[in-house]
Amino acid sequence: MKNSARKTLLDPLLENNPIALQVLGICSALAVTTKMETSVVMCGAVIFVLTFSNLFVSLLRNNIPNSIRIIVQLTIIASLVIIADQFLKAYFFNISKQLSVFVGLIITNCIIMGRAEAFAMQNGPTTSLLDGLGNGFGYSFILIITGFLRELLGSGKLFGHTILPLVTEGGWYTPNGLMVTSAGAFFIIGFFIWVLRAFKKEQIEEEG
Amino acid sequence: MQHSVAYTIAFASLTCLICAILVSTSAVSLRDLQQTNADLDKRRNVLLAAGLAKSSEKLNTVEINKRFQSIKATVIDITSGQPAQGIDLKDYDSKKVRNNPLTSQTAPVNAARVSRIPKYVIVYQVFNDTQQLEMIVLPIEGYGLWSTLYGFIALDVDGKTVHGLTYYKHGETPGLGGEVDNPSWKARWTDRIIIDDTGNIVIEVIKGRAGSPKETPHFVDGLSGATITSRGVTNMLHFWLGENGFEPYLKILRETHEASKK
Repeated sequence: MKNSARKTLLDPLLENNPIALQVLGICSALAVTTKMETSVVMCGAVIFVLTFSNLFVSLLRNNIPNSIRIIVQLTIIASLVIIADQFLKAYFFNISKQLSVFVGLIITNCIIMGRAEAFAMQNGPTTSLLDGLGNGFGYSFILIITGFLRELLGSGKLFGHTILPLVTEGGWYTPNGLMVTSAGAFFIIGFFIWVLRAFKKEQIEEEG
Repeated sequence: MQHSVAYTIAFASLTCLICAILVSTSAVSLRDLQQTNADLDKRRNVLLAAGLAKSSEKLNTVEINKRFQSIKATVIDITSGQPAQGIDLKDYDSKKVRNNPLTSQTAPVNAARVSRIPKYVIVYQVFNDTQQLEMIVLPIEGYGLWSTLYGFIALDVDGKTVHGLTYYKHGETPGLGGEVDNPSWKARWTDRIIIDDTGNIVIEVIKGRAGSPKETPHFVDGLSGATITSRGVTNMLHFWLGENGFEPYLKILRETHEASKK
């Protein structure tokens, strides 16, 4: 039992990463990763929503009428997202301003719906909670790597502190313009998936 | 598992009720804090435009309020340029003023895509140590490439020399149009002149590089890769400094300034 709980929590990091293997939640991974700060806060919000939506859906799973289960899941997810958004606006005003609509768009993040429907509906609250946490961390793992590379190469900074002084500000580093556009995130995530699959051959899809 | 229709409806209603209570509780209990944040953010941006704070500085509430003491916010009637009578600053709500047909009017078709002009607007007067009016900060807004940009422009007491420009809300592409936030670009606005000798608004964000304020007083460097955002900045300045915007107020300011020189 202990082993399987560990597996539920840690598998989504590399073995079954929601972004790298399932290729879900790409939209927000592209949008918020221009900076580390926004990436980290976004990760926090997603982990919160994912963990609690899994928990609540799992607690209710035997009582949710089958015909309206998706709507019920969405209502729970949407409520959690609004609470997260309100909280950010109250305590992390500047960052929430930069994240703008993307916190609200967590509602449409496929990872959350996907975990609620595919996992929490079939499993008990504890494992569902761990699954939510695990997938949240798996998502965050990719977001933080992407945010790290994009902020460092795109603006020469990390968490807003200058690491590579820019030419425009009297330094030597010419920023890579590709990294600040969403396309840059595609390349990073693409490379990450490539590297991951080079080591874990079982993740390569069969050619049809 | 099959459930009855009544059960389904009851379950849906109960879920909605609980979620609604949770959501509204969080919204109501955090509203004050959010409002304070928004006000503070606005103040910080007025300070930024006026050059009383740097964007790299992390200011806390006390520090912002302390620096704001030299600034006086006044509600003016935009059509006459005079202070508005009978409107308390505390009750002023820019959204309400703009949406109420009695206190706003439809803007003529304009390049900045401003749709409504409020009759009453808050302007900020910045005083120096000897209580002399030093500069004014005016709110501006207009469309860029993807979004409406909201910001402030600070003008010296002569009503035509730019002191600073800053945006506090926009959704332009980071690294391209989003470079309106870049401190070194913002610094290029200082000492530019918004009007020519006959009073026409000639300030413009050009393509490529402009000279120093002495060489090209009316032109500012364009943002590379962001032609449309740059044009948006020009358009909104022309709108808000022009006859539909703050021109009456600025005229009074310029006349007072000229008179005080004589």
